[in-house]
Amino acid sequence: MSRTRVVEPWLAGPLEHFVSESGARLTLILTPAGQVLAQHGFTRAVDVMSAAALASGIAASTGELARLLEEGEFRALSHESQRHGVFLARFTSPRGPLLALVVYGYDSSIGLVQLFFEELVADLAAAAPAPTPRAPVLAADFERELNESLATLFR
Amino acid sequence: MTDRLQEVLDRVTRVRGVRGVLLVGVDDGLVVADAVMEGVRANAVAALAASLVQRMARATGTSGIGQPGFLHLEAERGALLMLAVRERLVLVAVAEPGVNVGLVRLELLRGGAEVR
Repeated sequence: MSRTRVVEPWLAGPLEHFVSESGARLTLILTPAGQVLAQHGFTRAVDVMSAAALASGIAASTGELARLLEEGEFRALSHESQRHGVFLARFTSPRGPLLALVVYGYDSSIGLVQLFFEELVADLAAAAPAPTPRAPVLAADFERELNESLATLFR
Repeated sequence: MTDRLQEVLDRVTRVRGVRGVLLVGVDDGLVVADAVMEGVRANAVAALAASLVQRMARATGTSGIGQPGFLHLEAERGALLMLAVRERLVLVAVAEPGVNVGLVRLELLRGGAEVR
């Protein structure tokens, strides 16, 4: 059974390909604001929400650091521990800027993750449907959409 | 150190039929130094070769024959030659078909001795 869940169907193919090639254990694709669009490997909604909030916060902090250093932006950062590595990258898609959070184990490497992440970005760019104008976000809609997204991610 | 590494790699690339040589970290699959011709994707070769070496090490370890020292992978349009030079580093040569494997291996061994 696939452990990949997506809010929008066009994300599924590229994400599944990335996971199978890179050996990633957990992957999240989210907006810089922390809205999750796709996930692989998570089994509990609370873990996804925590990881998304942390990834979004880290991206915002490093983005602010980059601004202070008069850098354009930090594209990716990685941390390695003994059993796991974490890769967090910001990329541009036809749907706007997105973040990818990848957790990998000893059976993969940062080199493999970086390599197949480049492919993921290209695959997502090719798979994304044409952008459609979005209606203004209302608080009531936001909560409903958030609940629907979480339900989809853990169907 | 960087100049010496580059010299080591350049010497291997002088063997006819060698399209590139890389020094790669086995654990992270990242390029430490490289000398490759146009068309050889150094990052991709490094990441995938390191993954291969890790898997081979698991296979040889499980078989009770220790760590792999030298790997020769012959493909349709060339060959990959990999030499473990330190515990966690590997020298990788990308070669054309018909390359003198013995000579490349010799140069990799010489280079590996200097990297150590």
